[in-house]
Amino acid sequence: MSGAVEKVRFGFSVNKDRQIDYDANLKNVSDIVQKAEPTFNLCISCGTCASTCTAGKFTDFSLRKVILMVRRGETKGLENEITKCMLCGKCQLVCPRGVSTRNLILQIHKALKTGAL
Amino acid sequence: MKHEGKKLVWQEYQKEIADDHFFYARSCIRQTFFPGSEKVFTKILKDELGKDIYDSEHHTSCTGIGYHADAVPFETTMTVVARQFALMTEAGYENYAASCITSFGLYTEILETWHHFPEVEAKAREFLYKATGREFKIPKNLAHASDIIYKFRYEIAKRAKYRLVDKNTGKPLRVVEHIGCHYSKMFPHKGVGGAEYPYVLTGMIEAWGGEVIDYPERRHCCGFGFRQYIVQANRGYSIACSKKKFDSMEPYEPDMIITNCPGCPMFLDRWQYALSEMEGKTYGKNGNGIPVFTYEEVAGLVLGYDPWEIGLQVHQVPAEPLLDKMGIEYDPGSKFKGPNGEDLGRPIAPSYLKFYKE
Repeated sequence: MSGAVEKVRFGFSVNKDRQIDYDANLKNVSDIVQKAEPTFNLCISCGTCASTCTAGKFTDFSLRKVILMVRRGETKGLENEITKCMLCGKCQLVCPRGVSTRNLILQIHKALKTGAL
Repeated sequence: MKHEGKKLVWQEYQKEIADDHFFYARSCIRQTFFPGSEKVFTKILKDELGKDIYDSEHHTSCTGIGYHADAVPFETTMTVVARQFALMTEAGYENYAASCITSFGLYTEILETWHHFPEVEAKAREFLYKATGREFKIPKNLAHASDIIYKFRYEIAKRAKYRLVDKNTGKPLRVVEHIGCHYSKMFPHKGVGGAEYPYVLTGMIEAWGGEVIDYPERRHCCGFGFRQYIVQANRGYSIACSKKKFDSMEPYEPDMIITNCPGCPMFLDRWQYALSEMEGKTYGKNGNGIPVFTYEEVAGLVLGYDPWEIGLQVHQVPAEPLLDKMGIEYDPGSKFKGPNGEDLGRPIAPSYLKFYKE
């Protein structure tokens, strides 16, 4: 039928699908980063890094979110996300698991730039 | 897993279903959503199969919707359910047949609770006795009405006037079966086929000549989920669940959807209309939707009952494409006539979903 008919407003919209498709997502960034910076595996996603982050105070940057994105293989928009990091290293000081967070960011940069995708 | 192997595994998940003498507990919402279904069920059992089924006018809601929406506490629910069991006991029955999946799940949950915590059962008995002076026996057999139709599926097939077959090509109809979540997801051993491979509707479809579609989101919730719909702010989530199922089943070109829950046919049917109005999208061919039926309606169609007598005119997605495909005879002019032949008027036609007037 023609698209000229006005859409009905029911007072709600169809929620966007937020399913994480592990089969379709690419895992190679995660594999490269794990090899280059093995402390990546120690992360328990506690979010201490994000809570102390200076960049996160002024932007929506969260290292915890970045790590989750890498682990899930959700690399879309990741490059833009990590450019928000200023590499100050405060997160590395507070990380209870001793993750080398600065090197992690650099390795993600590298993996994305060296055409890991 | 190979298909043959899967079939063998399915056979292991069987439950005991009583043969006769049922105390029938109706659903609160089905008689307004799909008004012919429960009538068809009692008609099939009484008239076609000659079974004894007791239809009490005294029973109430099981409070399941209130319970799952966090509005009714469990103690109240247990006392109300205890009263239903008391009615069954007073009528001299031992086999409880629930029309509703939510009720079935709730009865199962309560019986399991009482089994593991006898002191909770004693408390429910005390509450019931204090409030009403009634006493009850625990049902010998608890079955959902779809279990009973499943049990007698071959008897129905023997009496069938129509089969779930395309009359033009002779091929089986492609059917999506949708099981209510509370049928076996909570207590897998209480449903035919367990939680992952519930066989209750598949058995009916295969016995009546249809072919079941195995699509990715087959076990996804229909979207009702009580709070997902009842809380208005959550309705976008409810419709998204249904959409996910429709998107997943669409490439398999289903001819129909069969359900065994009060909420599922409601939402799979009405949300198709809502999605068509919101996004201009229809999931059937040529602007049609995918017709949605309850298993009783399908049993009624197979047995040759008049589509308008079993209430197919109240479906939002018109049933006519399927009726034509199965070669079912019906009078298009009677669609909007009441039981005494009076004209009930015409509903407003949807913008996108194909509408069948006469």
